[in-house]
Amino acid sequence: MSEFLQQMVNGISLGSIYALIALGYTMVYGIIKLINFAHGDVYMIGAYIGFAATTYAQLGFFPALIISMAACAVLGVFVERIAYKPLRNSSRIAVLITAIGVSLLMEYVMMFFVGAEVRSYPKLLSERVFEIGNVYIKAQQLYIIATAIILMIVLQFIVHKTKTGKAMRAVSIDKDAAQLMGIKVDRTISFTFAIGSAFAGAAGVLVGIYYNSIDPLMGIMPGLKAFVAAVFGGIGSIPGAMIGGLGIGIMETLVSGYWNSMYRDAAVFAFLIIILILKPAGLLGKNTREKV
Amino acid sequence: MKKLLVLMLAFILVAGSLAGCGDKNANEDGTKELNIGINYELTGPNASYGEASVQGIMMAFDEINDAGGIDGMKINPVEIDNKSDSAEATSVATRLMTQKNVVACLGPATTGNFQATIPEAIGNQIPIISASATGDEGVTTDKNGKVNEYVFRLCFNDSFQGVTMANFASNNLEAKKAVIIKDTSSDYAKGLAENFAKTFKSNGGEIVAEEGYVTKEKDFMAILTKVKSKDFDVIFLPGYYQEAGLVIKQARELGIDTPILGADGFDSPVLLELAGAKALNKVYFSNHYSSLDKDPLVQDFIAAYKEKYNTDPGAFQALGYDLGKFIADAIQRAGSTKPEEIKNALASTKDFAGVTGSFSMDKNHNPIKSIVVIELKDGVQATSVKVEPK
Repeated sequence: MSEFLQQMVNGISLGSIYALIALGYTMVYGIIKLINFAHGDVYMIGAYIGFAATTYAQLGFFPALIISMAACAVLGVFVERIAYKPLRNSSRIAVLITAIGVSLLMEYVMMFFVGAEVRSYPKLLSERVFEIGNVYIKAQQLYIIATAIILMIVLQFIVHKTKTGKAMRAVSIDKDAAQLMGIKVDRTISFTFAIGSAFAGAAGVLVGIYYNSIDPLMGIMPGLKAFVAAVFGGIGSIPGAMIGGLGIGIMETLVSGYWNSMYRDAAVFAFLIIILILKPAGLLGKNTREKV
Repeated sequence: MKKLLVLMLAFILVAGSLAGCGDKNANEDGTKELNIGINYELTGPNASYGEASVQGIMMAFDEINDAGGIDGMKINPVEIDNKSDSAEATSVATRLMTQKNVVACLGPATTGNFQATIPEAIGNQIPIISASATGDEGVTTDKNGKVNEYVFRLCFNDSFQGVTMANFASNNLEAKKAVIIKDTSSDYAKGLAENFAKTFKSNGGEIVAEEGYVTKEKDFMAILTKVKSKDFDVIFLPGYYQEAGLVIKQARELGIDTPILGADGFDSPVLLELAGAKALNKVYFSNHYSSLDKDPLVQDFIAAYKEKYNTDPGAFQALGYDLGKFIADAIQRAGSTKPEEIKNALASTKDFAGVTGSFSMDKNHNPIKSIVVIELKDGVQATSVKVEPK
């Protein structure tokens, strides 16, 4: 029993990491219907900015987190303006391929500057481990879970209760009509990228501290898993990203804990295929008809 | 105009001397030079191995040249980066052998890249030597088990490491049950795991679980929780320090405090950074050399290295240093700079005394040498045991 509980703790903390990344994915998709494959790499760059802020500038956890979020927000807007905006009226596939290109560009530019070697993070958060019965819970796991939940609530609030959020939803439904209503479409889309990227930066710093290891290709696998999580939860839905992330995290843990660790990734991607066949809109996604 | 003429003349002279003299070039001051190719990973993912090896090689060459060279000939290292890429390693080998008139090539550091240069060595009949290609098959022997005449290495192979660690677990730690957690995306780790399991079982032990992960993974909590519920005495963790450091950290955080064994992939200061000093207790790994060795040869090397580079040498630097000395020794013994005679001298090496242990070459061009098992206490090397080959 305690083994099962321990596996659930493992699964939930892994799932929270996926959820943190999936939130940004799902938000960008919700507004401009673009799967931003570079999102996982913004997360990687966030981790490096946090690393630089804490190691070279000797800052504490919160200043580093805020610097990383701000820098990633700027980076997100920059990428959107340079790479995606000129293609806004092109076919979806062109933008998707550009996103993959941006992703590779960020990975290898980073590798050029910082090298391929893994780096370890300074110890910023408490390394305490709580032992309840036979179950070990790390303080850092609790931080990650709490951050994921708080960010989800903040996002939900921004999208549903603020004026900018209203503009975002309007752009999401019909870009041209929104423009006619006086909504600044470009600014709204930039804002979406800024928030999504800032969250990715926060996730990068947290994960850097949690695993104590960062490298220029660290965004690839979590990025893909977060994408699966977003699809599973219903891409475009913010609570869906959270549920999807946790679901994928727990599923992975159970597959390697009770079956075979070698089938773990295969199981996740097989699951993606099954969702796409059976329920393409995901758990909480709306079944909207595609405009032709 | 005059300047241009002089330049052109100089160019023609240099080009002529390069093309004309074969393997010996005359220097301005009349001494002769000996070109030795250095084909190493100086950039890319394996750069840390390549750089460390080249540091050791250069240190050896500097010492030899300062002492007057080999029979009056100065060693001239020709260094080209293979970018940690096997296709690039092949083309670097070709360039060195056909355009740079090298008498032998050193490197690359990793098994895969070294293997990529074997056809060039055989085709051009120029010996290649690696200090760190530990792969079992297809290195110094071809796929039929026949020795590759121009291919040598001066490190033990992976199966010897796996066997040594299994014996260490059974004899020194008196372990009866072992768990293997291996990097399934690496041939190195798979080879180690296989040999460990075979020997451990023949020692009367039992492998209670075998788990796997892939390179670049960061979360091992699920497999460690699964392993924790089993009854076992040691964990064997073949793989590289990037993942091994995290596995050790997470295992200790989960309350797993059994000994953890590994191989030379643990040898990096990054292991300590990733796992933290607290987690690195009861951790044992096999290595090529230990800085704790009291042998004066080793201590002199460490002192000289510290003076030159201001840090402690690792195993790759020690292997590189031995490699530099070894090729010079072979050329000296051959009494010739013909690649074929150097090859014969390399093959007939007897009791070469190196920092990483003294060795003789066996008929398959593998050195017969000792292995060191190092114990970490609070992240630093606390004790080392030398295991002689049988």
